[in-house]
Amino acid sequence: MKSSVITFPGSNCDRDMDVALTKFGFKNKMVWHDDNELPKSDLVVLPGGFSYGDYLRCGSMASKSKIMQSVINFAKSGGLVMGICNGFQILVETGLVPGVLLRNKYLEFICKNVFIKLDNKDNPYFKNLDKDIFEFHIAHNEGNYFCTQDQLKEIEDNNQVAIYYCNNKGQTEDQFNPNGSIKNIAGIFNKEKNVLGMMPHPERMIDQSLSGEDGSLFFKNLINNIK
Amino acid sequence: MLVNEKVAIEHGLKADEYKKICELLKRTPNLTELGIFSAMWNEHCSYKSSRLHLKKLPTSGKKVIQGPGENAGVIDIEDGDAIVFKIESHNHPSFIEPYQGAATGVGGIMRDVFTMGARPIANLNSIHFGSPQHKKTKNLLRGVVHGIGGYGNCMGVPTIAGQTSFDSSYNGNILVNAMTLGLVKKNKIFYSKAAGLNKPVIYVGSKTGRDGIHGASMASASFDEKIEEKKPTVQVGDPFTEKLLLEACLELMAGDSIIAIQDMGAAGLTSSSIEMASKGSLGIEINLNKVPCRESKMTPYEIMLSESQERMLIVLENGKEEMAKKIFDKWNLDFAIIGKTTNTKNIELFFDNEQVANIPVNTLVENSPMYDRKWKKAKLPKKNKIKKETYSKLKIKDVLKKILSNPNICSKEWIWQQYDHTVMGDTIQKPGGNSGVVRVHGTNKAVAASVDSSAVYCWAHPLTGGKQVVAESWRNLISVGATPIAITNCLNFGSPENEENMGEFVECVQGIGEASKYLNFPVVSGNVSFYNQTKEIGIKPTPSIGGVGLIKDYKKMVTMDFKEKDNLVLVIGKTEGHIDQSIFARTILDEKNGPPPEVNLFNEKNNGESLLNLIEKDYIKSAHDVSLGGIITAISKMSIKGNKGIKLNKFKNLMNEIDYLFAEDQGRYIIEVKQEDLKDVIKILDKNSVHHEELGFITEKDIIINEKTKVTIDELKSFNTNWLTNYMSS
Repeated sequence: MKSSVITFPGSNCDRDMDVALTKFGFKNKMVWHDDNELPKSDLVVLPGGFSYGDYLRCGSMASKSKIMQSVINFAKSGGLVMGICNGFQILVETGLVPGVLLRNKYLEFICKNVFIKLDNKDNPYFKNLDKDIFEFHIAHNEGNYFCTQDQLKEIEDNNQVAIYYCNNKGQTEDQFNPNGSIKNIAGIFNKEKNVLGMMPHPERMIDQSLSGEDGSLFFKNLINNIK
Repeated sequence: MLVNEKVAIEHGLKADEYKKICELLKRTPNLTELGIFSAMWNEHCSYKSSRLHLKKLPTSGKKVIQGPGENAGVIDIEDGDAIVFKIESHNHPSFIEPYQGAATGVGGIMRDVFTMGARPIANLNSIHFGSPQHKKTKNLLRGVVHGIGGYGNCMGVPTIAGQTSFDSSYNGNILVNAMTLGLVKKNKIFYSKAAGLNKPVIYVGSKTGRDGIHGASMASASFDEKIEEKKPTVQVGDPFTEKLLLEACLELMAGDSIIAIQDMGAAGLTSSSIEMASKGSLGIEINLNKVPCRESKMTPYEIMLSESQERMLIVLENGKEEMAKKIFDKWNLDFAIIGKTTNTKNIELFFDNEQVANIPVNTLVENSPMYDRKWKKAKLPKKNKIKKETYSKLKIKDVLKKILSNPNICSKEWIWQQYDHTVMGDTIQKPGGNSGVVRVHGTNKAVAASVDSSAVYCWAHPLTGGKQVVAESWRNLISVGATPIAITNCLNFGSPENEENMGEFVECVQGIGEASKYLNFPVVSGNVSFYNQTKEIGIKPTPSIGGVGLIKDYKKMVTMDFKEKDNLVLVIGKTEGHIDQSIFARTILDEKNGPPPEVNLFNEKNNGESLLNLIEKDYIKSAHDVSLGGIITAISKMSIKGNKGIKLNKFKNLMNEIDYLFAEDQGRYIIEVKQEDLKDVIKILDKNSVHHEELGFITEKDIIINEKTKVTIDELKSFNTNWLTNYMSS
């Protein structure tokens, strides 16, 4: 399976994503933001970091990068595109997924493990996973997901919520919401479910010696689903 | 402007220094030249008060590839790998403008590391604030933490450990010390020594602006009530540009076109160009019209003294200019050929086709002033005679609560959660442990790092305090299973012109030297920050020690959380009941006199090496060094982390129970071992003559200290974790 990770100026989780994808069997290529064409890929990842220093608005300048036209076309033709953290911010700026990401409610960067709950498995990312609650890692300053009530209704009607913040039992009370996201939303799909944006970093959870191994479950499953 | 003695004094120079400049030049300097002298001869750049004493530190060893004198120190971690590391202060700017001051401190130290060809793999920091009740403390703390996070997070370098303390002596002078570790191949280390004639001198990175002019001079002066007016001398950081600069430099360094490279830190273009020329015994010629400027009409004086961030100076091989430019274009960074190396041994500056400065390089470096300042020796204070009857009213649980929630002991999670500590995917021990640990990417090795300081001990007796900080750094590395290799030091003191402050400096350095020599733990880099004082009042002497060690097989790393019920808990190293200068004496008894705990270097070495031996043999399930707050504080933290309790054995020591639990004797560790391993462990400890005592065994929950005293894990957690969060949100 072939994957591509886009490096924007200021991306800093591009290597980590490369390590994770390679570890679980992807043949990964690093793609420069200024390139015109995507290499042939089964999965395209927009990694975390601070593309263009988060200037103007997180993700906004990267969303206008040369390569993004090719990424958008790939997504629109049904290709799998996943944006993690800053990658999620870039995705909302392209309009591939709805909503915006605001500054964290308490105005502070947060780096810690959180629990997340899958909302539905009828998609290429989560299909066949045999549990619903995962421990992932977050590290962001602008992860406070927000959208209008109309958008929210549409998102929910279409089952577009990918994951919610919760506790280890899957409860989604306010106290388990680390950043103030509307309805504890941590990640969402586009309507067709081939584009996924999420704040948590599964690539930081791929080894018992790191923060945990739930990321390994996610990637192993993902490559099997794509095969 | 005409230059005279008055103008020189306004530049921070002394009258006799100005006289010496005129003698060396055999003429009166012009304003640009005077600015250059003032930048090179100030305390921050010239180490004029400290050089004499720093020479006495042990700086070499089998594992040392590069000691002090370069951008950072370098140590060998085998298999062709090396670690580049250094700590540096950014105290004065952080007090004036906490966010930018702290941010650019982090940016500056990372540049020092990647200038040498190393990719930064970990950041640490040691930050010290005034009393929590002081009106400025909260905002300064928030600003500094945001600044450190803002820069490090954006760079994508994990912040893996740190230290935070509060003491009223920092009310008017906070300390912000930032440390970075980088990884490099031993055969790809870059240095700042220029070589060869007519080699192009290249400027890369951000444009030069008017920010930070005279920053280094500001950092070499005391504060007074007008300090807020110095805000414009604080540099403004742009971590995004630095990330690009890092990637571009490493890309260029992959080839072999660089002869010398030096970041523009304190005193900007001045010190970087002069240092490269000086090390190579060459001259350098710069056309200042070629320097990329952010603002119009900048004068030669301003260009030379600007401390704009994220800039580098490179001496390149001839013919490589085009190739190098392509790399910097790709990363959208400025690239300008601004001059060349010459054989004049002078720095010659041109602007609008006129020579605007011409100074022999050696007058700025070798001939810079060096002072043997007067200093006062500190006496070892007499032991306090604390009446033990005063203890009778104390309940252990109340004392423990006060100590665990003390600002200097409580959990600093509020701080380190704001630092990305997991990016790069190799952080295997996060902040809040004995040391931060990161794997050497793609190998079985890991590097441990810790930063420590003990201002109270140094204040009570500088010589002992100096030794103690080094010993504590050593213990923190050993506690995670790392073999200590070398240290970097950031020496924060008051005015060297005050005999007592100077004495504190001299004796702390002596203590650091003795301990690092004995422990074979050499000093490979560092920095001195004097004049941490407002008017006449200096800070407590605060040398920060950053220690680095190697874990050959990261799977053998030890953490401090209690692991398993029924395992046994021992303390190794002898408890004498030293209470003077302990957090117990200072906060519970309000007793601030007396000597710090004695540091016995033989015991430190012996106990530490024996513990490493036990770790190597897989006997140690958890370990934690005993420091502030004594045995009971160490045990409490291990309980909290592991979510397990401990039942302490019946107290049968002759000593008072409170002394035993809260004493801060040195050279001690708490260890957890399996019952079936106890015999073997004791055998090894006895064989090495290491003192040990069994403390108790691990339980599901609750710390049971004696029949009357039981503390639940939840209570411990609330004592320990709430103070800082409550303080910051109040």
